[in-house]
Amino acid sequence: MNIENTLFGVYPYVALTTFLLGSLIRFDREQYTWKADSSQLFEKEQLRKGSILFHIGILALFFGHFAGLVTPHTVFLGLGISDMAHQIIAISLGAVFGLLCMMGGVILWRRRMFNPRVRANSRFMDIFILDWILVTLAVGLITIVFSIMHVIDGDASTMVALADWVQSILTLNPDYHLLDNVGFIYKLHLFLGMSVFFLFPFSRLVHVWSAPLGYMFRPYQLVRTKFVKSR
Amino acid sequence: MSHFLDRLNFFKKVKSHFSNGHGAVTNEDRQWEDAYRNRWRFDKVVRSTHGVNCTGSCSWNIHVKNGLVAFEMQATDYPRTRPDMPNHEPRGCPRGASFSWYLYSPLRVKHPLIRERLVEMYRAERESGKDPVEAWAAIQEDAAKRQRYTAVRGLGGFVRVDWEEVTEIIAAANVYTIKKHGPDRIAGFSPIPAMSMISYAAGSRYLSLIGGACLSFYDWYCDLPPASPQTWGEQTDVPEAADWYNSTYLIVAGANLPMTRTPDAHFYSEVRYKGAKVVVVSPDYAENVKFADLWMPAKQGTDAALFLAMGHVALKEFYIEKQDPYFEEYARAYTDLPLLVMLDESPDGAVPGRFVRASDFDQSLHESNNPEWKTVVIDENSNEVIVPNGSIGFRWGEEGHWNLQPKKLGGQESKPRLSLIFDKDDVAEVIFPDFQSGHDQPMKRRVPVKKLQLNGKEVQVATVFDLQMAQYGIDRGLGGECAKGYDDAAIPNTPAWAEKITGVKQADIIRTGREFADNASKTMGKSMVILGAGINHWYHNDMNYRAIMNLLHMCGCVGQSGGGWSHYVGQEKLRPQAGWAPVAFALDWQKPPRHMNGTSFFYFHTDQWRYETVDAEALLASSASDTYKGYNLADYNVVSQRLGWLPSAPHFNKNPIEIVKEAEAAGATDEKGVADYLVAKLKSGDIAFAAEDIDAPENHPRNLFVWRANLIGASAKGHEYFLKHLLGAQNGVMQDVLPDAQGKEIKWHKEAPIAKLDLLVDINFRLNSTGAYSDIVLPTATWYEKNDLNTTDMHPFIHPLTQAVDPGWESKSDWQIFKTIAKRFSELAEKHLGSQKDLVALPILHDTPVELAQPLGVQDWKKGECEPVPGKTLPVLKVVKRDFADTYKKFTALGPLLKEQGNNIKGIDWNTEKEYEHLKEICYTIQEEGISQGMPSLEDDINVCETILALAPETNGEVAVKSWKALSQKTGIDHTHLALPREDDKITFRDIKAQPRKIITAPTWSGIESEKVSYNAGYTNIHERIPFRTLTGRAQFYQDHQWMRDFGEGFCTYRPAVDMKSTEEMKRKLDGKPHLRLNWITPHGKWGIHSTYHDNLRMLTLSRGGPHIWVSENDANSIGLEDNDWVEVLNINGAAMVRVIVSQRVPDGMALMYHAQEKNVNAPGSETTGKRGGIHNSVTRVTVKPTHMIGGYAQLSYGFNYYGTVGSQRDEYVLVHKIDNPGWLEKPLTAEREHALNPEGVPQAAYSIEQD
Repeated sequence: MNIENTLFGVYPYVALTTFLLGSLIRFDREQYTWKADSSQLFEKEQLRKGSILFHIGILALFFGHFAGLVTPHTVFLGLGISDMAHQIIAISLGAVFGLLCMMGGVILWRRRMFNPRVRANSRFMDIFILDWILVTLAVGLITIVFSIMHVIDGDASTMVALADWVQSILTLNPDYHLLDNVGFIYKLHLFLGMSVFFLFPFSRLVHVWSAPLGYMFRPYQLVRTKFVKSR
Repeated sequence: MSHFLDRLNFFKKVKSHFSNGHGAVTNEDRQWEDAYRNRWRFDKVVRSTHGVNCTGSCSWNIHVKNGLVAFEMQATDYPRTRPDMPNHEPRGCPRGASFSWYLYSPLRVKHPLIRERLVEMYRAERESGKDPVEAWAAIQEDAAKRQRYTAVRGLGGFVRVDWEEVTEIIAAANVYTIKKHGPDRIAGFSPIPAMSMISYAAGSRYLSLIGGACLSFYDWYCDLPPASPQTWGEQTDVPEAADWYNSTYLIVAGANLPMTRTPDAHFYSEVRYKGAKVVVVSPDYAENVKFADLWMPAKQGTDAALFLAMGHVALKEFYIEKQDPYFEEYARAYTDLPLLVMLDESPDGAVPGRFVRASDFDQSLHESNNPEWKTVVIDENSNEVIVPNGSIGFRWGEEGHWNLQPKKLGGQESKPRLSLIFDKDDVAEVIFPDFQSGHDQPMKRRVPVKKLQLNGKEVQVATVFDLQMAQYGIDRGLGGECAKGYDDAAIPNTPAWAEKITGVKQADIIRTGREFADNASKTMGKSMVILGAGINHWYHNDMNYRAIMNLLHMCGCVGQSGGGWSHYVGQEKLRPQAGWAPVAFALDWQKPPRHMNGTSFFYFHTDQWRYETVDAEALLASSASDTYKGYNLADYNVVSQRLGWLPSAPHFNKNPIEIVKEAEAAGATDEKGVADYLVAKLKSGDIAFAAEDIDAPENHPRNLFVWRANLIGASAKGHEYFLKHLLGAQNGVMQDVLPDAQGKEIKWHKEAPIAKLDLLVDINFRLNSTGAYSDIVLPTATWYEKNDLNTTDMHPFIHPLTQAVDPGWESKSDWQIFKTIAKRFSELAEKHLGSQKDLVALPILHDTPVELAQPLGVQDWKKGECEPVPGKTLPVLKVVKRDFADTYKKFTALGPLLKEQGNNIKGIDWNTEKEYEHLKEICYTIQEEGISQGMPSLEDDINVCETILALAPETNGEVAVKSWKALSQKTGIDHTHLALPREDDKITFRDIKAQPRKIITAPTWSGIESEKVSYNAGYTNIHERIPFRTLTGRAQFYQDHQWMRDFGEGFCTYRPAVDMKSTEEMKRKLDGKPHLRLNWITPHGKWGIHSTYHDNLRMLTLSRGGPHIWVSENDANSIGLEDNDWVEVLNINGAAMVRVIVSQRVPDGMALMYHAQEKNVNAPGSETTGKRGGIHNSVTRVTVKPTHMIGGYAQLSYGFNYYGTVGSQRDEYVLVHKIDNPGWLEKPLTAEREHALNPEGVPQAAYSIEQD
């Protein structure tokens, strides 16, 4: 076993398993820790700016990555989207939302580090996970520079290789050799990104699972019937 | 099962819809709701209450879960009241409901704590081979070592220590002090036994056994109304709250009922539904004003003027314009109004002198027993002078005539003549003092007089009624100066005059006075005045109070259900007092205990007397004799002590144990021999009273225990002087001692001593300001962790405190703590003390035969006016044998004196042999060999509770009947019918755990427990004709003691607040900065009970969250203050930092700071003093009043918490100015900082602090 295999053949499963199983266990055992841990009570103004920017950015990035990497290559081609077009879309949307996310993230980071009330109420993990996401994001933004060079060179192979690797992982056919020709900066981003999933159940990120989308659609009043079946 | 699996119902989450889709029925998982249910689930419920000084005594259910107190709820299972009477419950308030927070809070004292510097030195001494007492001595006798720890009091530095070591240090300090200085140099302070009787008794029993002095509190708190003992010979007795409901006309003055009597206030609103009229007297728009039909916003401190004017109306309309038969009958039978008073000659005219006594007549009117103590009236039928029953001369030395029955003369009932106006020999011009500013001239009034041959001379006499009428300025048609009408503002005590002083419209005064009297006339006395701290905390509080009592007596209200005098301040009623006292003061082993009046103790030992600004001479009436010309207030106190009036601690400038040794060496063989020896030494001056050189080191108090109290942070009027002189700590006193405070009686030391105390021990569950300034802090059990008893006068039930959970961490109940100390003390005492004889100088006590000590005038043996005679012109001198090594054994067993001598209260005695034997059965007996073997055990807290309940007439019907029988013998009237129906009732600790129990009627109190009437004070005086315990046996309008007359208070009169002169100096200091000068008012607050609760998270959240004052909108605007600004409050006594609440509720000219907000939460440093925060008492200084020092004279004789100087504080003024950026003093302790004990600009005291 070599380092490449460990990081890109085994670690993805460690991270995903921790992510899913960890979330499940925490949800079942530690209901009181299942929360976003909002610090809005301590500081409102900065949070409003930072949080909205950050969340718009990160949600767009998440769905962008998901669509771009998981959609099979043939589907894109079938839709008439060439690899190069795909890459340009990825670069431009990634840059826009990446920067939005980064602006929000920096505001949140400054607030968390330097507002005394927020800082005093921060656990280690609150600061660590924010740092980690920002580093991942920064590395992701740096990859754009390399991706632009790829576009200039007319080379989409890195992007295709990344998508193929992701799909190999998700289809339980891990093949770390798919990344043999991918640059270090991309691999670094991959590691950092996978680690976000690894850290997920240990952090406040679990609130993602419980985004209260139902509130937008539910009736005003919820009631139970008088007789519920015994547990 | 699993939160996740239970949620896997995405598609069938909604079962159906209703209301057009606005609602849905789901069966989603709701396990989360259990969290909220579990919050209120519990394993067991235990009944307890809060042992806090609020007089609430509310029954609470304490809910325990997993061995922790989860929450408390009001108990609602009180016995029902009779029909047509609201029930007592639910009782409780938000403060009490937040108590459980304390148990597990950061403020909890969890382990014994000691000052690190002290314990290090102690350990070093111990390691060098010294035994504990020697080790303590080594520290105390080395000034440098001593100041190492005394100078850092209040600056933190505590370390944990175990019980073993800490009790050893305390015991060693006590043993050393007794040996070196005397037991009377050990003192203990703890207030209001009723709030947790066993806890109080723990410390007082230990102190009484070792000879320490228990300090009084009720007078020190200024909650004692001296007017009550003056008028009735009764400390304080008041109606229960339910009796408010029986009233039909209520005046409320100085008592904010919904705020400070929260659990009782419902009666106040319910009685309004019944149709009663409510008039509230309050300078600010307080909560109780909202209940009022009429609000009289009298200027603060002027209540006497208001009530005198109402009395003027009542007298004029109900005694002169018509003669109300009920009022006249009441006045004749129960008041001193018909009694005869001599008129003394003076250059300006006649002045009222003393009461005429039987002894003034030939053959003493055939009275052989105590004729000097029997007052006289003129009988209307026979027109002869007669001696009515009931005066105090009948109380002692004879039986069967001490009652208020009309005297039978030749088959006809005598009828005392109220007024001599139709039977006068002459009209005299009589002088009355007038203290209102601008009136230097005394008032001259015409009074009808008779001329009698007394002591061989012709003397003019008048009735109290006629004198009182004249003093009120009422026109009797005798000419001279008197009120031409209600609108005659030039004559004191008229409504128009009162309007000038109080600001209340005269029409309101006239109407209220008239209605109050008219209502009383129609209902036979159902007019009531509820009054409290707001009018009692003034220097001249007795004037405010007596003005009200006068009104009540002239309207026949006192002792009538629904009427009378309802004083509610810290007056918590120790219901089973007679059963408690022997346990609390170790009367079962040895008598008498050592007691000291707190105010005088602190006035002297904190050296506040050295800063006195109130001129005693300015307080005297123009007619005063010049005996004490040039005396200052402290001098009067010295005179009082040496005449046996007020107690003393220390007694003399010598260890009392040494005095006995010397006396015995000089040949004394018994108590009398010792007394004779001492009298000779006092006469020669070889031994002197300690107060005569109070600042000498041999007269310092050395050890002080504080338990169940917050002396330093709450009640210490002159807080900064405590810190400076008693403790030697960092302080904010802004002035140096006043050189012109030198008086006539006390030796003046140029340099005032500091750090008088060797050891301050605080026993508490909460680290408050007292703990912060102590040397040792011991962790005590909270109110949910111990077994104890609690009562109040607001209702007739007796409540338990019950151990719901074990005492937290290393804490123990107070009883167990003092037991532990007693054990260590006994061990150490065996070697160092053994058995000793101690001399106790006891003041002449009320309710004992010696209260008949000085009948006709004041004579001072030191001035050669009489011989020093113990118990007559000197304190009673008693020798008490103390077996110090047996202290523990005595502490833990009920001693033999109860069996041998029985029990007594208020001058009545009964046998307790049966109860003693009964206690052996229920408490078991001591098995261990020694002096206590075979006696009932007091080792366990519950045993102590049972002992008290078994011995007290209130909780043991048999004892009640016995005690009534004993009183019946004295009065000649059978009173046993009051207790006979409940003779077989015995209330035990388990009974009151099950349900609050109503106590049994006992002669300890002046009201009755009945299913027909509510408890009302004075009820038995009126309905059973038991005399008031005064000179005359009647409620007294007139005080005839020489000092009362000299100070112009023979009759009640309006006296403006005294000038404390404490702001002028500071004005210069502020140097033109915008500021306010405001009267400093410290009422009881909403978010705390004194200092308790105010610092808990819940109350902080509900209130401002830190120290604050209220000022009026106009005052705030005038110096640009906005709500929530920081301000500094200061005067020469010190300073405090607070936030300001700007409110229209407060009148201009007043700053209102709720009582006892300490400096332990959110208190920054003061700019002026450079010290932390300051508290409400940082700007006060206690001052004493000579008339409160009177003794040896019937009702004006000392009793613990009954009479004595009071710690008033409302005459004080402060400056208030804005602080933009308060400093928090968050900096380490440097040698330089440690050195600077006093504020900058005040000369540093004589400590020379070494570098650390």
